[in-house]
Amino acid sequence: MTDFPLFPEQASSVAPLVDGLYLGLVVVTGAVSLLIWFVIFYFAIKYRRRPDNELAQEQEPPAALEVTWIVIPTIVFMLIFVAGAWVFFRMNRVPANSLEIYATGRQWMWKFQHPSGQREINTLHVPVGRPVKITMASEDVIHSLWFPAFRVKMDVLPNRFRTMWFQGTKVGRYHIFCAEYCGTMHSGMIGWVEVMEPTEYQRWLAGGAEGSLASQGEKLFQKYACNTCHMDNATGRGPVLSGLYGKPVPITGGGTVVFDDNYIRESILNPQAKIAAGFQPIMPTFQGQVTEDDLIRLLAYVKSVAAPQSGTTLAVESPQSVQQSSGAVPSGTPAPATAAAATPAPSAATTTNP
Amino acid sequence: MTTTTIDDAPFIEPSTRERRNYLNDEYGVLSWLLTKDHKRIAILYLFSVTIFFVVGGIFAFLMRLELLTPEGDMFTSDTYNKLFTLHGIVMIFFFLIPAIPAVIGNFILPIMLGAKDLAFPKLNLASWYIYIIGGTFGVIVIITGGVDTGWTFYTPFSTQYSNTHVFAVTLGAFITGFSSILTGLNFIVTIHRMRAPGLTWYRLPLFVWSMYATSVVIMLATPVLAITLVLLMVERTLHVGIFDPNLGGDPVLYQHMFWFYSHPAVYIMILPGMAVVSECVAAFTRKKIFGYKFVAFSSLAIAFLGFLVWAHHLFVAGISVYSAMVFSFLSMLVAVPSAIKVFNWTATMYKASVSWQTPMLYVLGFIGLFTIGGVTGLFLGALGIDVHVHDSYFVVAHFHYIMVGGTIMAYMAGLHYWWPKITGRMYPEWWARLSALLVFVGFNLTFFPQFLVGYVGMPRRYHAYAPEFQVLNVLSTAGATILAAGYLLPMIYFAWSLKFGRKAGSNPWGAVGLEWATTSPPPKENFHETPVVTWDAYDYPAFLKAMRETQHV
Repeated sequence: MTDFPLFPEQASSVAPLVDGLYLGLVVVTGAVSLLIWFVIFYFAIKYRRRPDNELAQEQEPPAALEVTWIVIPTIVFMLIFVAGAWVFFRMNRVPANSLEIYATGRQWMWKFQHPSGQREINTLHVPVGRPVKITMASEDVIHSLWFPAFRVKMDVLPNRFRTMWFQGTKVGRYHIFCAEYCGTMHSGMIGWVEVMEPTEYQRWLAGGAEGSLASQGEKLFQKYACNTCHMDNATGRGPVLSGLYGKPVPITGGGTVVFDDNYIRESILNPQAKIAAGFQPIMPTFQGQVTEDDLIRLLAYVKSVAAPQSGTTLAVESPQSVQQSSGAVPSGTPAPATAAAATPAPSAATTTNP
Repeated sequence: MTTTTIDDAPFIEPSTRERRNYLNDEYGVLSWLLTKDHKRIAILYLFSVTIFFVVGGIFAFLMRLELLTPEGDMFTSDTYNKLFTLHGIVMIFFFLIPAIPAVIGNFILPIMLGAKDLAFPKLNLASWYIYIIGGTFGVIVIITGGVDTGWTFYTPFSTQYSNTHVFAVTLGAFITGFSSILTGLNFIVTIHRMRAPGLTWYRLPLFVWSMYATSVVIMLATPVLAITLVLLMVERTLHVGIFDPNLGGDPVLYQHMFWFYSHPAVYIMILPGMAVVSECVAAFTRKKIFGYKFVAFSSLAIAFLGFLVWAHHLFVAGISVYSAMVFSFLSMLVAVPSAIKVFNWTATMYKASVSWQTPMLYVLGFIGLFTIGGVTGLFLGALGIDVHVHDSYFVVAHFHYIMVGGTIMAYMAGLHYWWPKITGRMYPEWWARLSALLVFVGFNLTFFPQFLVGYVGMPRRYHAYAPEFQVLNVLSTAGATILAAGYLLPMIYFAWSLKFGRKAGSNPWGAVGLEWATTSPPPKENFHETPVVTWDAYDYPAFLKAMRETQHV
């Protein structure tokens, strides 16, 4: 009971923006509300019913008054809209150099996986001062990942990957809450995010992991025999993945689809949904066979293979696809430094990148 | 020459024919259960919604007791989850939505129009029976173990994971929806077809305008709820895959469909509140409502815009940044007509004759609390803030300011205002003022701390919570105790007044409006002679003149 905050910790780069907007609104709406109450009580007392005041003194409404209190609030509301939308935009534009972490929600725990392979439950370690992008999905019902100290929240859905980001600005330990009601232990689906000095974070990462996320994904890629169709040395029954990430893929029946996290997800779980043009719909579904965790590992691997740059090539990558990708990224650019953005390079990338 | 004050205006006072009224016209249980009189049906509704209000209130109070301590130590998590689910379902579907339209609207609307009854009296009675059947499902679910999905029934939790009585309770809500639809239909037809001679649209009391807007929303939105709930039941029993991601469905689609009804449903709850407030402000200031047409059309504007903002419940749920911006923009627009009403009510009090009687106290409370509820809606409509406070106690506080601080305050104002008309008796004024004060203080103490604790970071629907949230939660529970006392008092003194209250007379407030031109309680046919309206709404001098002429005839 001694600890009794009336305001949450401010520990992310967007938190001051949200708080500024919030406090600004508190001042504006508070002033207007107080004014309305004051006027009401002033009138209620000044014009209270007395024997000489049994009937009101009629007065004709000046139309200008109505126009005033329609136009002014509308303008104020629009300003609030613009300010809110501006902050929202900042919240939704993921910086290019983000550290990529994967999250899975399930009844009733949070699982986090780091690109270098560390896994943790209900705790998330992140470095201070670096944008962290969380790609997440749910294994069962809808959850919602909320970091009150960072002022960010996003629902976690069972049918697709969603991404949120934040940049911790203050070393410390802050709440993680599930904000979307998810059943019996909803209020127990909580945890802590540890914002650490980058060196501390590196030390923490160094503590044992069973290979990077992508390399774990590679094993699964072979286990599920994905490689028999989707590698350059394969039979050509399925599209080769190299260099595809982030690019539009023509699909059967016309149109294109961007080869992104959700297309990869859909193609594994529901391969018949959007078939790459020129291929037969022969891939079986892996719905129910691949767990959400494995899906994330596969995703990490596929993204590393499909990354549109030459720096993170695997041995299997064909000269053709290198050619394609070099169009997207200026050749000669050291890949991991610039384009680590959406693509966690295999193992080495994260440990060398502070 | 003495000045004629409104209190001794010469209204028709009891003679032999006034001894008969709708209450003593017939006796016996069947005369009530088979009645086609809108006034008796209103009384049936009054009893039923009061029972549900008490039940929903008990759930709320048990939750507040659990939340006194951070640990979940009073109930199991499952029980707590059922408590907040049932609290929401009972209060929204079985109390708030029918309360003002079916009780006060049913009783007063036809009288305000100078009509003998609603357009379809049998349909009106049927709507009560449908409501009771739906409510029975609710009661059965409560007795047999409850439901734990939250009142929103979000998929896939409700369709695939919950093993409680989801089917029965959604069926109950589905059935009750038809009761609303029939009431809305009845009101619309009555307002169009059964106005007294001379009662043109712009002479209608603002109550009627607002009820008309409500009825339109009910007619257009409730069928969508019915469809949504049917899909939910089908999905839960037959697993057809509309909302199931494993079968190619989309759980977020459910949220779109649900809120396409349930956001307009907020206006189904608040527009009738605004209807009551407009009447009371006019009556207790003895003045025309300032900007009559603006207030009237703002009701229609709310009804229209209310259909275009549903996705502001989904800003973090999985809609694109651009559609979030569109819905944020539209949500800001819907705040404008509400602001217009508040400003006009306030302006009406200028140079008025303001009475501090109980209904006006509740109305002053309404304006104050609705203002807070409204401006905090702007916080939620602003995207950048909503991301943080969505699904937190900030939201809980916001919608309680609208629904409890708004709708229930207005309902209480309306009950006190028309109680003399409904029963022919006055309630004890001193006790009633005390109840208004207790409700106002208790309400603010309960819900204002929830804004703070929500912004600090307490999520809603939490059985156990972090210890630093405790102080604000203790305040909230203390407030709930006062609020409960404030609600219990009227139940006691209203019952007391039936036997011991002093006789009210036709027009105890000196108010204008057709309902005050007939006796209290009104005769079964509402008016002994069909009234002819020659005055605008709330036109005190013209109304007084007309009443005097009627007397001299």
